[in-house]
Amino acid sequence: MTQFLQQMINGLSLGSIYALVALGYTMVYGIIKLINFAHGDIYMLGAYIGFIVTTKLGLGFFPALVISMAGCALIGVTIERIAYKPLRNATRITALITAIGVSYFLEAGTQRVMGAGVQTFPNVLANETIMFGDVRISTQQIVIFSVTIVLMVALTFLVNKTKVGRAMRAVSVDPDAARLMGVNVDATISFTFAIGSALAGAAGVLVGLYYNSINPLMGMLPGIKAFIAAVFGGIGIIPGAMLGGFFIGVVETLVAGYWSSLWKDAVVYLILIVILIVKPAGLLGKNVKEKV
Amino acid sequence: MKNWMKKENLLWLGLIVLSYAVLNILISAGIINNVYKTVLMTIGINIILAISLNLIIGITGQFSLGHAGFMIIGAYSCGVMLKSFVSGVPGVFLGIIAGMVISAFVALVVAIPTLRLRGDYLAIATLGFGEIIRIVILNMKITNGAAGLILPKAVSWHMIFWAVVICTIVVVNFGRSAHGRACISVREDEIAAEAMGINTTQYKILAFVLGAMIASVAGALYAGAFYVIKPDMFTYSKSIDILVLVVFGGMGSITGSFISSTLVSLLNTVLQQFSSVRMIVYGLALVVIMVFRPSGLLGRKELTFSGLLKVLKKGKGAAQ
Amino acid sequence: MSVLKVTGLTKNFGGLSAVSNVNMEIEQGELIGLIGPNGAGKTTLFNLLTGVYEPSEGTIELNVDGKMISIEGKKPYVISTLGVSRTFQNIRLFKELTVLDNVRIGMHQSVKTSVIGSILRTPGFYREEKMLEEKAYELLKIVHLDEHAEDLAKNLPYGKQRRLEIARALATNPKILFLDEPAAGMNPQETAELTELIHELKEHFHLTIILIEHDMSLVMSICERIYVLDYGRLIAKGNPQQIKSNKRVIEAYLGEDASC
Repeated sequence: MTQFLQQMINGLSLGSIYALVALGYTMVYGIIKLINFAHGDIYMLGAYIGFIVTTKLGLGFFPALVISMAGCALIGVTIERIAYKPLRNATRITALITAIGVSYFLEAGTQRVMGAGVQTFPNVLANETIMFGDVRISTQQIVIFSVTIVLMVALTFLVNKTKVGRAMRAVSVDPDAARLMGVNVDATISFTFAIGSALAGAAGVLVGLYYNSINPLMGMLPGIKAFIAAVFGGIGIIPGAMLGGFFIGVVETLVAGYWSSLWKDAVVYLILIVILIVKPAGLLGKNVKEKV
Repeated sequence: MKNWMKKENLLWLGLIVLSYAVLNILISAGIINNVYKTVLMTIGINIILAISLNLIIGITGQFSLGHAGFMIIGAYSCGVMLKSFVSGVPGVFLGIIAGMVISAFVALVVAIPTLRLRGDYLAIATLGFGEIIRIVILNMKITNGAAGLILPKAVSWHMIFWAVVICTIVVVNFGRSAHGRACISVREDEIAAEAMGINTTQYKILAFVLGAMIASVAGALYAGAFYVIKPDMFTYSKSIDILVLVVFGGMGSITGSFISSTLVSLLNTVLQQFSSVRMIVYGLALVVIMVFRPSGLLGRKELTFSGLLKVLKKGKGAAQ
Repeated sequence: MSVLKVTGLTKNFGGLSAVSNVNMEIEQGELIGLIGPNGAGKTTLFNLLTGVYEPSEGTIELNVDGKMISIEGKKPYVISTLGVSRTFQNIRLFKELTVLDNVRIGMHQSVKTSVIGSILRTPGFYREEKMLEEKAYELLKIVHLDEHAEDLAKNLPYGKQRRLEIARALATNPKILFLDEPAAGMNPQETAELTELIHELKEHFHLTIILIEHDMSLVMSICERIYVLDYGRLIAKGNPQQIKSNKRVIEAYLGEDASC
């Protein structure tokens, strides 16, 4: 039981990171139906910005978090403007291939600038272990969890209660109708990218803190897993991404803990395939059929 | 009409024999040295990979990101065969056959549930399957896990040349038949195809399985030609590399796949020392192609002798 | 002898009945009109009859070689092989293919050459390809598109695209043909030609034709019997004269006020 609880706590910490990245995937997919394959790399860039801010400028954790979020938002919007905007009316596959291209570019570019090797992320937060009986929780895990919850609450408020959130929801339902109703569609899409990228940036800093090491390809696998998390919850649905992120994190940790870490990725892919076949719209989604 | 078709076929046959002869002469004269010969073999393997994926994506319109999964099946079938059972050329042949049988079976298992999905969802599901295949091979004993297999060289460039010829003929003949047209109709409009009496599911599966089998041939040849195979050479990045070849040449164009495979393989050789630059160029090229020319170099067009004749005639007409 | 018998056919989308409790019986060789206001469920009914949608309730029986067999829940391609073909309201041609290939794809069910035979290019393959091409040209001649055989379908003008869809539907060798707004977007001249064509086809191929159309002059001039749908229900059936004077039909089209 102790071991199970321990795994759950580790799983939820990892899941927090997936959930933050999944939110960006789901928001972007919801609004322009694009699988933003480069989203995992934004998360990697977030980690690198955090790394530079803490090592070169000597700033603490919270300034690094904020600067990284802002930097990623800027990068996200720039990518959207340059690479995705010209493809608004292209097929989804064309857009997906473009996103793959952006992903390659960001990974290789970071390798070129920062070196291909692993860098050590500094310990900017004192890491103490708190014992609850036999279950260990680190202060880092508490920080990761709290930051994630705060960001999710803020996002939920933003989407549901503000004018720009209403615009985002309107564009995701019908961009043309939204435009006719006076919504600035381009600005709304850019804003969605900014928010999604900022969340990925935050996840990047958190993961740097948690694992202490970063590298230019660190975004590939978590990016895909976050996407799977988004699909699991129902892509385009914000609570779905949160749910999916925590779920995938927990499953992965449990498989690694009770079976073998060599199989954990395979199990996650299997979950993806099962959900796509059984309920392609995701756990919280509704199925729609093509009109003839 | 039939005679004319034969003429076109004869011209292609002439081109094949001529290329084979020229390559033979260049190699025996030492103009193509061992380094270039390796490039030549890479080009051949890439062509087979590209046309096999083109059959699935370009002709049938089913977007797969799991193609490396079938390449790895071929590679390990041949690798294990060479290492543990039969060595030399017979081992390669048996490895190819074993790879085709296994990948046909696996492709069937993958295709039946996933091909109901559309577009980007299908892409991600096939990516997942490709990775699962790789992870299974990674965890097997006979494949020697993450360390991979070190193999004796058993495949010559001659074999690769003729494999390219045979695979191309298979794909082209399939594409230009009633069954190929049925696949194209699936790409164009699934609902209309169904209404015209075409079992769209069956044709999607057929194209997927055929493409997977051909990809496994490429994998087997790779194992026999390049000494080392490891599971991490066949991640979804490899699937994306193959996708780049298809997209760059033009989805649906076989001659386009030939051109792009040749160009990209050459580019890779030139940039070999600068792998991060290579990836930057790759990434930028994908974005630029998608933004400015999403149909690739040739779109769905093919370079043909009859097309060439038409162009020449037009040129003459314009000159007069 | 009836070729198509529909009993209690219902289709619910969520809580909404797009088609409810429709009964129809259609005889061999009839030319039937299906009319009704926008959103009355006409296309949904076609989609049910051709297998695109699965009915929520009710049965559809088709006469196959003298036996009535149930086809509800069968896949569209199966229904097509049983002798039912159709066109689409929002033209669904294979746009990037030639006119000839569009028709050849329609003939797919008659293809005998195996995949292996096609790859190996057996003599049978060449014979069959030649035969398919000849038959396709014949069909194209009937709809006056033989000159366009090598053009891409997407490059045809609108009216010709509609005719090509009909030719493609005929290529499946149907006994029953469903035409979904064949005259939509046509000018009066083209509509007149189409009317002529539908008559010719019916005689030439011994077809039973059911068509959805908003052009009342066309419907009234060629249809022998008419079914009227409104809000998913059949509100009237009969010959053109009866329909023209039917009070419920007038109400449905003009709103209740007009009948007062």
